[in-house]
Amino acid sequence: MDNSAPGIHNKIEIIDLDLYYGQFQALKSVSMTVGGNNIVGLIGPSGCGKSTLLRSINRMNDLIEGVKIKGRVLLDGVEVYGSKMEIYELRKRVGMVFQRPNPFPLSVFDNISFGLRVEKSYNRKKISAIVEKSLRAAWLWDECKDKLHESALTLPLDQQQRLCIARLLAVEPEVILMDEPCSALDPIATMKIEELMMDLKKNYHIVIVTHNMQQASRVSDLCGYMLLGEMVEFGRTSDIFTNPRDNRTQDYITGRYG
Amino acid sequence: MDRHFFEELDSLKKELLNMGSLVEEMVGIAVKALVEHDADLLETIRQNEARVNRLQVDIDEYCLKLIALHQPTASDLRFLLGISKINAELERVGDHAANICKGISVILEKEQIKPFIDMPQMVDIVGSMFRESLHAFVNLDVDKARTILLRDDQVDQLRYKIIQELVDLMKKDPGTVETAVCLILTANSFEKIADHATNIAEVVIFVAQGKDVRHHFEDPLL
Repeated sequence: MDNSAPGIHNKIEIIDLDLYYGQFQALKSVSMTVGGNNIVGLIGPSGCGKSTLLRSINRMNDLIEGVKIKGRVLLDGVEVYGSKMEIYELRKRVGMVFQRPNPFPLSVFDNISFGLRVEKSYNRKKISAIVEKSLRAAWLWDECKDKLHESALTLPLDQQQRLCIARLLAVEPEVILMDEPCSALDPIATMKIEELMMDLKKNYHIVIVTHNMQQASRVSDLCGYMLLGEMVEFGRTSDIFTNPRDNRTQDYITGRYG
Repeated sequence: MDRHFFEELDSLKKELLNMGSLVEEMVGIAVKALVEHDADLLETIRQNEARVNRLQVDIDEYCLKLIALHQPTASDLRFLLGISKINAELERVGDHAANICKGISVILEKEQIKPFIDMPQMVDIVGSMFRESLHAFVNLDVDKARTILLRDDQVDQLRYKIIQELVDLMKKDPGTVETAVCLILTANSFEKIADHATNIAEVVIFVAQGKDVRHHFEDPLL
Protein backbone atom coordinates (compact mmCIF):
# COMPACT_ATOMS: atom_id res chain seq x y z
CA MET A 1 0.00 0.00 0.00
CA ASP A 2 1.45 3.42 -0.93
CA ASN A 3 0.88 5.51 2.17
CA SER A 4 2.73 8.63 1.07
CA ALA A 5 1.17 12.02 0.55
CA PRO A 6 2.11 13.18 -2.97
CA GLY A 7 4.15 16.34 -3.40
CA ILE A 8 5.09 16.64 0.27
CA HIS A 9 8.61 16.27 1.64
CA ASN A 10 8.58 13.18 3.79
CA LYS A 11 10.07 13.84 7.21
CA ILE A 12 9.60 10.25 8.27
CA GLU A 13 9.22 7.27 5.98
CA ILE A 14 8.39 3.85 7.36
CA ILE A 15 8.76 1.11 4.78
CA ASP A 16 7.63 -2.50 5.24
CA LEU A 17 8.38 -2.51 8.94
CA ASP A 18 8.13 -5.84 10.77
CA LEU A 19 8.65 -5.92 14.52
CA TYR A 20 8.77 -9.00 16.75
CA TYR A 21 8.64 -9.23 20.53
CA GLY A 22 10.29 -12.65 20.79
CA GLN A 23 8.05 -14.94 18.70
CA PHE A 24 5.14 -12.50 18.63
CA GLN A 25 4.91 -10.32 15.53
CA ALA A 26 3.63 -6.90 16.66
CA LEU A 27 4.02 -5.05 13.33
CA LYS A 28 3.41 -6.65 9.93
CA SER A 29 4.91 -4.91 6.93
CA VAL A 30 3.74 -1.46 8.03
CA SER A 31 4.36 1.50 5.73
CA MET A 32 3.58 5.12 6.53
CA THR A 33 4.92 8.60 5.87
CA VAL A 34 4.86 11.77 7.90
CA GLY A 35 5.38 15.09 6.17
CA GLY A 36 4.08 18.60 5.61
CA ASN A 37 2.26 20.43 8.38
CA ASN A 38 0.13 17.40 9.04
CA ILE A 39 -0.75 15.82 12.34
CA VAL A 40 -0.80 12.07 11.84
CA GLY A 41 -3.20 10.11 14.05
CA LEU A 42 -2.93 6.38 14.72
CA ILE A 43 -6.06 4.58 15.88
CA GLY A 44 -6.95 0.97 16.53
CA PRO A 45 -7.97 -1.39 19.31
CA SER A 46 -5.65 -2.19 22.22
CA GLY A 47 -2.71 -4.34 21.23
CA CYS A 48 -2.98 -3.50 17.50
CA GLY A 49 0.59 -2.16 17.40
CA LYS A 50 0.00 1.59 17.19
CA SER A 51 2.17 2.42 20.23
CA THR A 52 4.81 -0.03 19.04
CA LEU A 53 4.84 1.74 15.66
CA LEU A 54 5.13 5.14 17.37
CA ARG A 55 7.94 3.95 19.61
CA SER A 56 9.84 2.46 16.70
CA ILE A 57 10.23 5.96 15.22
CA ASN A 58 12.61 7.07 17.99
CA ARG A 59 13.84 3.59 18.86
CA MET A 60 12.14 3.39 22.24
CA ASN A 61 11.55 -0.31 21.55
CA ASP A 62 15.32 -0.90 21.67
CA LEU A 63 14.99 -0.91 25.45
CA ILE A 64 12.75 -3.98 25.38
CA GLU A 65 14.46 -7.34 25.48
CA GLY A 66 13.92 -9.73 22.58
CA VAL A 67 12.84 -7.11 20.07
CA LYS A 68 13.66 -7.86 16.44
CA ILE A 69 13.08 -5.33 13.68
CA LYS A 70 13.02 -5.73 9.90
CA GLY A 71 12.22 -3.05 7.35
CA ARG A 72 13.16 0.62 7.23
CA VAL A 73 12.47 3.78 9.19
CA LEU A 74 13.94 6.91 7.62
CA LEU A 75 14.25 10.34 9.19
CA ASP A 76 15.00 12.92 6.48
CA GLY A 77 16.14 10.00 4.33
CA VAL A 78 18.61 8.65 6.92
CA GLU A 79 18.11 5.15 8.33
CA VAL A 80 16.94 5.42 11.95
CA TYR A 81 18.22 1.89 12.58
CA GLY A 82 21.44 2.47 10.63
CA SER A 83 24.93 2.94 12.01
CA LYS A 84 25.00 6.65 11.12
CA MET A 85 22.15 7.45 13.50
CA GLU A 86 23.18 8.47 17.02
CA ILE A 87 20.45 7.47 19.50
CA TYR A 88 21.01 10.59 21.60
CA GLU A 89 20.69 12.79 18.52
CA LEU A 90 17.64 10.83 17.31
CA ARG A 91 15.73 11.22 20.60
CA LYS A 92 16.55 14.94 20.63
CA ARG A 93 15.15 15.34 17.13
CA VAL A 94 12.20 13.04 17.78
CA GLY A 95 10.71 13.81 21.17
CA MET A 96 7.98 11.92 22.95
CA VAL A 97 5.01 12.78 25.17
CA PHE A 98 3.60 9.95 27.23
CA GLN A 99 0.18 8.92 28.50
CA ARG A 100 0.73 10.23 32.02
CA PRO A 101 2.65 13.46 32.47
CA ASN A 102 6.12 12.58 33.73
CA PRO A 103 7.80 15.75 34.99
CA PHE A 104 11.07 15.27 36.87
CA PRO A 105 10.83 15.87 40.63
CA LEU A 106 12.48 19.23 40.10
CA SER A 107 11.31 22.81 39.77
CA VAL A 108 9.43 24.00 36.68
CA PHE A 109 12.55 25.87 35.55
CA ASP A 110 14.87 22.92 36.07
CA ASN A 111 12.52 20.58 34.22
CA ILE A 112 12.71 22.75 31.12
CA SER A 113 16.41 23.49 31.38
CA PHE A 114 17.39 19.87 32.10
CA GLY A 115 18.05 18.92 28.48
CA LEU A 116 19.91 22.17 27.84
CA ARG A 117 22.26 21.63 30.76
CA VAL A 118 23.06 18.15 29.49
CA GLU A 119 24.40 19.87 26.40
CA LYS A 120 26.44 22.26 28.60
CA SER A 121 26.77 24.72 25.73
CA TYR A 122 24.39 27.35 27.09
CA ASN A 123 25.00 30.12 29.61
CA ARG A 124 22.47 30.98 32.33
CA LYS A 125 21.01 33.97 30.46
CA LYS A 126 20.47 31.94 27.31
CA ILE A 127 18.90 29.10 29.33
CA SER A 128 16.44 31.53 30.97
CA ALA A 129 15.46 32.85 27.55
CA ILE A 130 14.85 29.33 26.22
CA VAL A 131 12.81 28.35 29.31
CA GLU A 132 10.53 31.36 28.78
CA LYS A 133 10.23 30.71 25.03
CA SER A 134 9.39 27.05 25.58
CA LEU A 135 6.81 27.78 28.27
CA ARG A 136 5.21 30.40 26.06
CA ALA A 137 5.10 27.97 23.11
CA ALA A 138 3.33 25.45 25.35
CA TRP A 139 0.93 28.19 26.56
CA LEU A 140 2.17 27.75 30.09
CA TRP A 141 4.10 30.97 30.68
CA ASP A 142 1.24 33.01 32.15
CA GLU A 143 0.27 30.18 34.50
CA CYS A 144 3.83 29.38 35.61
CA LYS A 145 5.89 32.56 35.41
CA ASP A 146 5.45 33.18 39.15
CA LYS A 147 6.19 29.62 40.19
CA LEU A 148 9.23 28.78 38.10
CA HIS A 149 11.09 27.58 41.14
CA GLU A 150 8.27 25.54 42.64
CA SER A 151 8.14 21.79 42.18
CA ALA A 152 6.64 20.75 38.85
CA LEU A 153 4.78 18.00 40.69
CA THR A 154 2.52 20.61 42.35
CA LEU A 155 1.05 21.66 38.98
CA PRO A 156 -2.37 20.35 37.87
CA LEU A 157 -2.21 17.39 35.46
CA ASP A 158 -2.87 19.32 32.26
CA GLN A 159 -0.19 21.87 33.18
CA GLN A 160 2.19 18.99 33.94
CA GLN A 161 1.49 17.56 30.48
CA ARG A 162 2.08 20.94 28.85
CA LEU A 163 5.26 21.24 30.92
CA CYS A 164 6.44 17.94 29.42
CA ILE A 165 5.71 19.36 25.98
CA ALA A 166 7.58 22.58 26.87
CA ARG A 167 10.51 20.41 28.07
CA LEU A 168 10.59 18.80 24.63
CA LEU A 169 10.39 22.11 22.81
CA ALA A 170 13.40 23.44 24.73
CA VAL A 171 15.74 21.03 22.92
CA GLU A 172 14.19 22.02 19.57
CA PRO A 173 12.91 18.70 18.26
CA GLU A 174 11.68 18.25 14.70
CA VAL A 175 9.13 15.55 15.40
CA ILE A 176 6.86 15.13 18.43
CA LEU A 177 5.44 11.68 19.14
CA MET A 178 2.44 11.61 21.45
CA ASP A 179 1.29 8.36 23.02
CA GLU A 180 -2.27 8.94 24.27
CA PRO A 181 -1.30 12.33 25.68
CA CYS A 182 -4.78 13.18 26.98
CA SER A 183 -5.97 9.88 28.41
CA ALA A 184 -5.27 11.06 31.97
CA LEU A 185 -6.87 14.48 31.42
CA ASP A 186 -10.40 15.84 31.76
CA PRO A 187 -12.22 17.31 28.70
CA ILE A 188 -11.14 20.92 29.33
CA ALA A 189 -7.50 19.96 29.86
CA THR A 190 -7.78 17.76 26.75
CA MET A 191 -9.08 20.71 24.75
CA LYS A 192 -6.08 22.80 25.84
CA ILE A 193 -3.63 20.12 24.72
CA GLU A 194 -5.47 19.74 21.41
CA GLU A 195 -5.35 23.49 20.80
CA LEU A 196 -1.65 23.43 21.61
CA MET A 197 -1.15 20.62 19.08
CA MET A 198 -2.90 22.63 16.37
CA ASP A 199 -0.57 25.52 17.16
CA LEU A 200 2.57 23.37 17.25
CA LYS A 201 1.86 21.63 13.97
CA LYS A 202 2.93 24.79 12.11
CA ASN A 203 6.51 24.17 13.24
CA TYR A 204 6.73 20.50 14.18
CA HIS A 205 5.74 17.16 12.73
CA ILE A 206 3.35 15.45 15.12
CA VAL A 207 2.28 11.82 15.34
CA ILE A 208 -0.35 10.96 17.92
CA VAL A 209 -1.63 7.61 19.13
CA THR A 210 -5.09 7.88 20.62
CA HIS A 211 -7.89 5.65 21.81
CA ASN A 212 -10.27 8.54 21.50
CA MET A 213 -11.60 8.50 17.96
CA GLN A 214 -13.21 11.91 18.30
CA GLN A 215 -9.79 13.24 19.23
CA ALA A 216 -8.23 11.64 16.14
CA SER A 217 -10.96 13.16 13.96
CA ARG A 218 -10.62 16.59 15.61
CA VAL A 219 -6.86 17.04 15.51
CA SER A 220 -5.32 14.82 12.84
CA ASP A 221 -4.99 15.59 9.13
CA LEU A 222 -3.93 12.08 8.17
CA CYS A 223 -5.02 9.00 10.00
CA GLY A 224 -3.98 5.36 10.08
CA TYR A 225 -6.16 2.51 11.31
CA MET A 226 -4.21 -0.45 12.64
CA LEU A 227 -5.44 -3.94 13.44
CA LEU A 228 -3.43 -6.96 14.61
CA GLY A 229 -0.15 -5.32 13.63
CA GLU A 230 -1.29 -4.31 10.15
CA MET A 231 -1.86 -0.82 8.77
CA VAL A 232 -5.34 -1.52 7.41
CA GLU A 233 -5.91 1.94 6.00
CA PHE A 234 -3.98 5.20 5.94
CA GLY A 235 -5.36 8.37 4.41
CA ARG A 236 -6.92 11.77 4.93
CA THR A 237 -8.78 11.88 8.23
CA SER A 238 -11.79 13.45 6.53
CA ASP A 239 -12.00 10.44 4.19
CA ILE A 240 -11.42 7.85 6.92
CA PHE A 241 -14.24 9.26 9.05
CA THR A 242 -16.77 9.82 6.26
CA ASN A 243 -16.08 7.12 3.70
CA PRO A 244 -13.39 4.61 4.67
CA ARG A 245 -12.21 2.25 1.92
CA ASP A 246 -11.83 -0.84 4.05
CA ASN A 247 -14.76 -2.53 5.81
CA ARG A 248 -12.57 -3.25 8.85
CA THR A 249 -11.98 0.50 9.29
CA GLN A 250 -15.69 1.14 8.82
CA ASP A 251 -16.56 -1.44 11.50
CA TYR A 252 -14.07 0.03 13.96
CA ILE A 253 -14.96 3.70 13.64
CA THR A 254 -18.70 3.04 13.67
CA GLY A 255 -18.30 0.89 16.80
CA ARG A 256 -19.23 -2.41 15.17
CA TYR A 257 -15.82 -3.95 15.89
CA GLY A 258 -15.62 -6.76 18.43
CA MET B 1 -21.06 2.54 19.50
CA ASP B 2 -23.56 0.53 21.54
CA ARG B 3 -26.42 -1.72 20.46
CA HIS B 4 -28.84 0.93 21.65
CA PHE B 5 -27.63 3.33 18.94
CA PHE B 6 -28.17 0.77 16.16
CA GLU B 7 -31.69 0.14 17.46
CA GLU B 8 -32.31 3.88 17.37
CA LEU B 9 -31.11 3.99 13.72
CA ASP B 10 -33.55 1.19 12.87
CA SER B 11 -36.38 2.95 14.56
CA LEU B 12 -35.55 6.21 12.75
CA LYS B 13 -35.55 4.35 9.44
CA LYS B 14 -38.99 2.93 10.26
CA GLU B 15 -40.30 6.44 10.99
CA LEU B 16 -39.02 7.66 7.61
CA LEU B 17 -40.59 4.68 5.85
CA ASN B 18 -43.89 5.45 7.60
CA MET B 19 -43.66 8.94 6.22
CA GLY B 20 -42.71 7.51 2.83
CA SER B 21 -45.79 5.29 2.70
CA LEU B 22 -48.06 8.21 3.61
CA VAL B 23 -46.55 10.31 0.83
CA GLU B 24 -46.68 7.35 -1.56
CA GLU B 25 -50.40 7.09 -0.84
CA MET B 26 -50.77 10.82 -1.55
CA VAL B 27 -48.98 10.48 -4.90
CA GLY B 28 -51.19 7.46 -5.71
CA ILE B 29 -54.29 9.54 -4.97
CA ALA B 30 -52.99 12.36 -7.17
CA VAL B 31 -52.38 9.89 -10.03
CA LYS B 32 -55.84 8.37 -9.56
CA ALA B 33 -57.48 11.79 -9.44
CA LEU B 34 -55.97 12.67 -12.80
CA VAL B 35 -56.32 9.33 -14.58
CA GLU B 36 -59.72 8.31 -13.23
CA HIS B 37 -61.15 11.82 -12.81
CA ASP B 38 -61.79 11.10 -9.17
CA ALA B 39 -61.28 14.01 -6.75
CA ASP B 40 -63.21 12.53 -3.83
CA LEU B 41 -60.04 11.60 -2.00
CA LEU B 42 -59.10 15.18 -1.12
CA GLU B 43 -59.93 14.60 2.54
CA THR B 44 -57.43 11.71 2.77
CA ILE B 45 -54.82 14.00 1.18
CA ARG B 46 -55.46 16.66 3.83
CA GLN B 47 -55.15 14.16 6.68
CA ASN B 48 -51.96 12.65 5.29
CA GLU B 49 -50.45 16.09 4.74
CA ALA B 50 -50.91 17.01 8.40
CA ARG B 51 -49.30 13.71 9.53
CA VAL B 52 -46.43 14.13 7.07
CA ASN B 53 -45.73 17.64 8.36
CA ARG B 54 -45.66 16.35 11.93
CA LEU B 55 -43.34 13.47 10.97
CA GLN B 56 -40.99 15.85 9.16
CA VAL B 57 -40.40 17.80 12.36
CA ASP B 58 -40.13 14.65 14.52
CA ILE B 59 -37.64 12.95 12.18
CA ASP B 60 -35.35 15.99 12.00
CA GLU B 61 -35.44 16.25 15.78
CA TYR B 62 -34.59 12.54 16.05
CA CYS B 63 -31.64 12.93 13.61
CA LEU B 64 -30.32 15.93 15.54
CA LYS B 65 -30.54 14.03 18.81
CA LEU B 66 -28.68 10.98 17.46
CA ILE B 67 -25.92 13.10 15.89
CA ALA B 68 -25.45 15.12 19.08
CA LEU B 69 -25.50 12.18 21.47
CA HIS B 70 -23.61 9.55 19.49
CA GLN B 71 -21.31 11.52 17.14
CA PRO B 72 -21.70 8.96 14.35
CA THR B 73 -19.08 8.54 11.62
CA ALA B 74 -18.73 7.02 8.14
CA SER B 75 -21.77 4.98 6.98
CA ASP B 76 -23.80 5.89 10.10
CA LEU B 77 -23.17 9.60 9.58
CA ARG B 78 -24.06 9.37 5.89
CA PHE B 79 -27.18 7.42 6.80
CA LEU B 80 -28.35 10.12 9.23
CA LEU B 81 -27.60 12.93 6.77
CA GLY B 82 -29.45 10.90 4.12
CA ILE B 83 -32.50 10.47 6.33
CA SER B 84 -32.61 14.20 7.01
CA LYS B 85 -32.37 15.02 3.29
CA ILE B 86 -34.98 12.45 2.23
CA ASN B 87 -37.22 13.76 4.99
CA ALA B 88 -37.23 17.20 3.35
CA GLU B 89 -37.78 15.69 -0.12
CA LEU B 90 -40.79 13.65 1.09
CA GLU B 91 -42.44 16.66 2.66
CA ARG B 92 -42.16 18.56 -0.64
CA VAL B 93 -43.58 15.60 -2.58
CA GLY B 94 -46.55 15.58 -0.18
CA ASP B 95 -47.11 19.29 -0.86
CA HIS B 96 -47.03 18.74 -4.63
CA ALA B 97 -49.47 15.81 -4.36
CA ALA B 98 -51.86 18.02 -2.35
CA ASN B 99 -51.55 20.84 -4.92
CA ILE B 100 -52.22 18.42 -7.77
CA CYS B 101 -55.43 17.20 -6.11
CA LYS B 102 -56.63 20.74 -5.47
CA GLY B 103 -55.90 21.66 -9.11
CA ILE B 104 -57.65 18.59 -10.45
CA SER B 105 -60.79 19.26 -8.45
CA VAL B 106 -60.94 22.63 -10.26
CA ILE B 107 -60.25 21.00 -13.66
CA LEU B 108 -63.00 18.41 -13.16
CA GLU B 109 -65.58 21.11 -12.57
CA LYS B 110 -64.89 22.42 -16.10
CA GLU B 111 -65.49 20.90 -19.49
CA GLN B 112 -62.63 18.72 -20.72
CA ILE B 113 -60.61 20.72 -23.26
CA LYS B 114 -58.68 17.84 -24.80
CA PRO B 115 -58.19 14.12 -24.27
CA PHE B 116 -55.25 13.30 -21.96
CA ILE B 117 -52.59 11.29 -23.79
CA ASP B 118 -49.13 12.38 -22.68
CA MET B 119 -50.23 13.37 -19.17
CA PRO B 120 -51.22 9.83 -18.03
CA GLN B 121 -47.97 8.52 -19.49
CA MET B 122 -45.93 11.10 -17.58
CA VAL B 123 -47.90 10.53 -14.38
CA ASP B 124 -47.33 6.80 -14.66
CA ILE B 125 -43.55 7.26 -14.96
CA VAL B 126 -43.48 9.76 -12.08
CA GLY B 127 -45.49 7.46 -9.80
CA SER B 128 -43.17 4.55 -10.47
CA MET B 129 -40.01 6.69 -10.11
CA PHE B 130 -41.19 7.83 -6.69
CA ARG B 131 -42.13 4.33 -5.50
CA GLU B 132 -38.83 2.92 -6.71
CA SER B 133 -36.83 5.69 -5.06
CA LEU B 134 -38.28 4.59 -1.73
CA HIS B 135 -37.58 0.93 -2.49
CA ALA B 136 -34.01 1.85 -3.43
CA PHE B 137 -33.64 3.53 -0.06
CA VAL B 138 -35.08 0.58 1.89
CA ASN B 139 -32.46 -1.78 0.41
CA LEU B 140 -29.79 0.87 -0.31
CA ASP B 141 -30.00 -0.45 -3.88
CA VAL B 142 -27.56 1.64 -5.91
CA ASP B 143 -28.41 -0.01 -9.26
CA LYS B 144 -32.07 0.81 -8.86
CA ALA B 145 -31.20 4.37 -7.79
CA ARG B 146 -29.11 4.87 -10.92
CA THR B 147 -31.97 3.74 -13.20
CA ILE B 148 -34.20 6.38 -11.58
CA LEU B 149 -31.69 9.10 -12.44
CA LEU B 150 -31.85 8.08 -16.09
CA ARG B 151 -35.66 8.43 -16.29
CA ASP B 152 -35.83 12.06 -15.20
CA ASP B 153 -35.10 13.37 -18.72
CA GLN B 154 -38.04 11.40 -20.12
CA VAL B 155 -40.37 13.19 -17.68
CA ASP B 156 -38.91 16.58 -18.59
CA GLN B 157 -39.54 15.89 -22.30
CA LEU B 158 -43.16 14.81 -21.71
CA ARG B 159 -43.82 17.89 -19.59
CA TYR B 160 -42.43 20.12 -22.34
CA LYS B 161 -44.65 18.42 -24.92
CA ILE B 162 -47.76 18.76 -22.72
CA ILE B 163 -47.11 22.47 -22.13
CA GLN B 164 -46.50 23.13 -25.85
CA GLU B 165 -49.82 21.50 -26.76
CA LEU B 166 -51.69 23.46 -24.10
CA VAL B 167 -50.10 26.75 -25.20
CA ASP B 168 -51.18 26.02 -28.81
CA LEU B 169 -54.69 25.27 -27.56
CA MET B 170 -54.86 28.53 -25.60
CA LYS B 171 -53.72 30.50 -28.65
CA LYS B 172 -56.49 28.96 -30.74
CA ASP B 173 -59.24 29.20 -28.12
CA PRO B 174 -58.86 31.71 -25.25
CA GLY B 175 -61.82 30.03 -23.54
CA THR B 176 -59.54 27.14 -22.59
CA VAL B 177 -57.06 29.32 -20.70
CA GLU B 178 -58.37 28.67 -17.17
CA THR B 179 -58.34 24.88 -17.51
CA ALA B 180 -55.11 24.84 -19.54
CA VAL B 181 -53.25 26.87 -16.87
CA CYS B 182 -54.47 24.42 -14.20
CA LEU B 183 -53.22 21.53 -16.32
CA ILE B 184 -49.85 23.19 -16.83
CA LEU B 185 -49.49 23.68 -13.07
CA THR B 186 -50.46 20.02 -12.55
CA ALA B 187 -47.86 18.86 -15.10
CA ASN B 188 -45.27 21.04 -13.36
CA SER B 189 -46.12 19.50 -9.97
CA PHE B 190 -45.74 15.97 -11.34
CA GLU B 191 -42.43 16.93 -12.90
CA LYS B 192 -41.29 18.31 -9.52
CA ILE B 193 -42.19 14.98 -7.88
CA ALA B 194 -39.90 13.28 -10.42
CA ASP B 195 -37.14 15.73 -9.43
CA HIS B 196 -37.61 14.82 -5.76
CA ALA B 197 -37.52 11.11 -6.61
CA THR B 198 -34.26 11.79 -8.44
CA ASN B 199 -32.90 13.61 -5.40
CA ILE B 200 -33.85 10.66 -3.18
CA ALA B 201 -32.05 8.31 -5.59
CA GLU B 202 -28.94 10.53 -5.39
CA VAL B 203 -29.10 10.37 -1.60
CA VAL B 204 -29.31 6.56 -1.76
CA ILE B 205 -26.06 6.46 -3.78
CA PHE B 206 -24.42 8.86 -1.29
CA VAL B 207 -25.52 6.83 1.72
CA ALA B 208 -24.49 3.49 0.20
CA GLN B 209 -21.21 4.48 -1.44
CA GLY B 210 -20.24 7.92 -0.16
CA LYS B 211 -20.34 9.26 -3.75
CA ASP B 212 -21.96 12.62 -4.47
CA VAL B 213 -23.56 12.34 -7.92
CA ARG B 214 -25.56 15.58 -7.76
CA HIS B 215 -25.28 18.02 -10.65
CA HIS B 216 -23.44 15.38 -12.70
CA PHE B 217 -20.14 15.99 -10.87
CA GLU B 218 -19.84 12.25 -11.08
CA ASP B 219 -21.26 10.51 -14.15
CA PRO B 220 -24.21 8.47 -12.82
CA LEU B 221 -23.58 5.84 -15.49
CA LEU B 222 -20.13 5.01 -14.12
